[in-house]
Amino acid sequence: MALLQAIDVTKRFGGLTAVNKMNFELKKGEIVSVIGPNGAGKTTFFNTLTGLYRPEEGKILFNGTSLIGLRPDQIAARGIARTFQNIRLFGNMSVIENVLVGMHFHLKQNMVSAILRFDSFKKEELEAEACAYELIKYVGIDTSLSNELAKNLPYGGQRRVEIARALAADPQLLLLDEPAAGMNPQETEEVTNLFRRIRDEKEITILLIEHDMRVVMRISERISVMDYGEKIAEGSPAQIRSNSHVIEAYLGRGAVAGQHEEMVK
Amino acid sequence: MFSKEKFQDFLAKLNTGYTPYVLILVHIMIGAIWVYSSPRSNVAFVVFISSLLTLYGLNTNKIFKLSAGLILALVVMPVLGVRNIFYLEIMFQISVFAALSLGLNIVIGFAGLLDLGYVAFYAVGAYLWGFFGSQQFYAIPYAPGIQPSDLPFLLPGDMFYLFIFIAIIVAALTGILLGLPVLRLRGDYLAIVTLGFGEVIRVLANNLDKPWNLTNGPQGITPVQRPTMPQFAVDGFNNFFGGIIGHTVSKADVYNVFFYLLALLVIVTIIQVVSRLNDSKIGRAWTAIREDETAAIAMGIPLVQMKLAAFATGASFAGAMGVLMAASRTFVSPESFSFMQSIGVLTMVILGGTGSIPGVILGAATVTVLNLQILQGFSLYLSQLRQSDAVIPIINFAWKNLSTQLDPAKYQRLLFGAILILMMIFRPAGLIPAARRQRELAADDEE
Ligand SMILES: Nc1ncnc2c1ncn2[C@@H]1O[C@H](COP(=O)(O)OP(=O)(O)OP(=O)(O)O)[C@@H](O)[C@H]1O
Ligand SMILES: [Mg+2]
Repeated sequence: MALLQAIDVTKRFGGLTAVNKMNFELKKGEIVSVIGPNGAGKTTFFNTLTGLYRPEEGKILFNGTSLIGLRPDQIAARGIARTFQNIRLFGNMSVIENVLVGMHFHLKQNMVSAILRFDSFKKEELEAEACAYELIKYVGIDTSLSNELAKNLPYGGQRRVEIARALAADPQLLLLDEPAAGMNPQETEEVTNLFRRIRDEKEITILLIEHDMRVVMRISERISVMDYGEKIAEGSPAQIRSNSHVIEAYLGRGAVAGQHEEMVK
Repeated sequence: MFSKEKFQDFLAKLNTGYTPYVLILVHIMIGAIWVYSSPRSNVAFVVFISSLLTLYGLNTNKIFKLSAGLILALVVMPVLGVRNIFYLEIMFQISVFAALSLGLNIVIGFAGLLDLGYVAFYAVGAYLWGFFGSQQFYAIPYAPGIQPSDLPFLLPGDMFYLFIFIAIIVAALTGILLGLPVLRLRGDYLAIVTLGFGEVIRVLANNLDKPWNLTNGPQGITPVQRPTMPQFAVDGFNNFFGGIIGHTVSKADVYNVFFYLLALLVIVTIIQVVSRLNDSKIGRAWTAIREDETAAIAMGIPLVQMKLAAFATGASFAGAMGVLMAASRTFVSPESFSFMQSIGVLTMVILGGTGSIPGVILGAATVTVLNLQILQGFSLYLSQLRQSDAVIPIINFAWKNLSTQLDPAKYQRLLFGAILILMMIFRPAGLIPAARRQRELAADDEE
């Protein structure tokens, strides 16, 4: 059974159809990329999957049950975690606190146990802290930065904290929205490896939006291409690379031939 | 030359070794002796009470801090207070407003929800005991002013203690009731709706004297009962402290000490509750919501539930303090719950530092002292000048021609406004900015 199934999902903003009859399937353990030109509707698609937007039409099934109508926090609790295209960290909280927030719905503490500081509370907090610390290390942040405010980290570091925060939710599916944007080649290389490790070691299925073709081509087992809210192609990296629709969508609009070479590299 | 670095070095030196201990003790001694010898001096009192700040700020060990704080709060303050009951009143008010600020701080500082009607929850607590702890129940059929004076009291005064807890629950429920419809709103919209809610509660208190007289209207309810004060407590206090105080303390004054201590107890409890909640998944969720609602909900935080929790917790503090206030005044009336009060509490939070627990307490203390002592002190001084023959030199203006309209005590709003503007410009994070907890994490394996 597919882990995630989107059937005829449509999301409109007034007259604009940002996602149009999108059909999409994801199997457990895959790494799949969604690509497409700016404004294609990729982020909007993510937002409908995570419940931030409610689609006008269509079905979304996760592990066979519908996600339509659930709140984002309920969807998160079902096992979908995400990062954002324009980093959305809790800037005035420390790095480790950001990661701890990701564990929110796994922690059993409540107001009473927090106020009375039961042993179970203290134990849980210590365990959570240790776990958060491990995650910080795992995504490649210098652990001495744990107490630093998230907003004080460099761009690449912030992207990693976002990934650690998402991992803290212990998801089955991780949605990454342009995780390598703004990174230098070395950082890009590192996070690409990180994604593969997350899938291999933590057995988390990964769906990512990415513009950096080096990342996409290297890591994806399957690529879905969106344009004007629709899926125009899907297939292995090799298939996508040679798909004429894709080349047209991506480069057709006033692109020079050279850019094609760039993309294929 | 007097360089900045040298000055900082000097400050650092003052804050190491035994020096801070000496400084604190000297500060306390000077303040206490000064207040003791001139119990009417505002300056003396400010010097004395600021010793709490020295105690908090300077670098000493915990046991010293705790014991000095306890002695100050439980011995020195009551003794000085009964020599001039006004000081106990100020301390009581500081505690009340500190509790309100801490409650509002949960809503505004932690969860980032701008609530301009916070004082409504205070009113709920006050009117709850105001109604059940007075004769009002039997006065329902009578319009204000015509009820017979020999009506019985509904409940014995000692139910007061129970009502502190009941008020916590009722205020929290009121918070949830208000929260449910409005928490979908953000920012300005939420502020306006809560402002309206605050006014609704006040207007209700003002007008629920008809068709049934529940609140006694603008006249307010009085007398509201206090818990009983056994004679042995009064005698005990006199036996113990009579010597240093220098006169026999009346039962009324022992009540002042009692309410001061009770308020202190409530405030200490509240501080514990707030700091523990803040350092748990609940506090983290609140801050996450403040920082980025969308990211918070995407990370699995149930927004509405957590916002309601913030509203309810904040409201419950105000509810408890409302009961305390009603009993200590033996009087409740709608004018104590005006919009200005909400703004006053907001000013305390912003002045001290939104989100900072020590900050908002300092904010509450500063604004209360400014309001009750400094402004009123100025008023007094001006009226003395008016009665004298003094003249302002150069412009040749005789003080006695100064309009009596110019009364600093009435410039509370100006004070709040000035504080808000100055803080926003010069120190938006407040006097003691909020800081995140530094966790001592397992040292990384050596690499
Ligand atoms: N909240 C919104 N309200 C109105 N229109 C929106 C909203 N969000 C997105 N859109 C529009 O929907 C279309 C798809 O936007 P979306 O952000 O999903 O594109 P994208 O594929 O993620 O692009 P990019 O690569 O630039 O991130 C765009 O035309 C955009 O302007
Ligand atoms: Mg996008």
